[in-house]
Amino acid sequence: MIDIIVMVLFGIGLFSFFSTTVGILRFPDFYSRMHAAGKGDVFSSVAMLLGLVVYHFHHPSLDGVLVAVKILMISLFIFLASPTATHAIISAGFNSGVVPWSRQKQEEGQQ
Amino acid sequence: MHKLYSFLVLFSFWMLLSGKFDAFHLTLGVFSSLLVAFLSADLLFHDRGKSDSRRWRELRRFIAYLPWLGKEIVLSTVHVTYLALHPRMRELIEPQVMRFKTRITSEIGQVVFANSITLTPGTITIQEEGGEFIVHALNRKFADGLPGEMEERLLRVFGDEEQANG
Repeated sequence: MIDIIVMVLFGIGLFSFFSTTVGILRFPDFYSRMHAAGKGDVFSSVAMLLGLVVYHFHHPSLDGVLVAVKILMISLFIFLASPTATHAIISAGFNSGVVPWSRQKQEEGQQ
Repeated sequence: MHKLYSFLVLFSFWMLLSGKFDAFHLTLGVFSSLLVAFLSADLLFHDRGKSDSRRWRELRRFIAYLPWLGKEIVLSTVHVTYLALHPRMRELIEPQVMRFKTRITSEIGQVVFANSITLTPGTITIQEEGGEFIVHALNRKFADGLPGEMEERLLRVFGDEEQANG
């Protein structure tokens, strides 16, 4: 039972990491790529870390609980750090004048 | 009072990370937590003017806010996944940059607001300066949704009492 939960959580994490990567490659410009990079990351790493927490329920002990709480602290840190890093990158791009992609501009460019 | 709180936070963090509960390690922990609490409690509780009851109320309401944020994070991941794997993704998005002013006055409230905007579907905070946000949205629907519901919820957490009730 525990194994199934762990596998499902890891599967979810892997799939959203995969789609995040596809998103980074496929989105048209810098800003929308940051959408993929900044959001998919949090959910997928938290899902995988939760999988690790559940895995520790195999051998319940004080040490296991401590490790589980530490992993939860890591996910809390990711929760705070990932959006902050996204702000830092996107704000640097904005300050150096990266122009956002828009469909009209692309169509004009093609004509 | 804030020194006592910082000591408690630091000491429980010490116990969690060391994982050893014998007298020697606990004494070491007490001493180093006392020292750090004495020297740098101002960093942890940097807004000294707030009353204790106000702090507890903010903490309680902030924890009540987290499940909603979690739901939004899941929705936003689903949304990014859908867009990333959609064959004609470029026809679905209409990126735009928008500006607005928030009614949240406290600094920590604005930080939480900026991070929450980034974590919710379709929007990402570019810059925040003195309550004025610059936000990049993937299409008009998400741009119109701001500041909206999230600001209301955060005003209830970090706003003044009369603002929250009014």
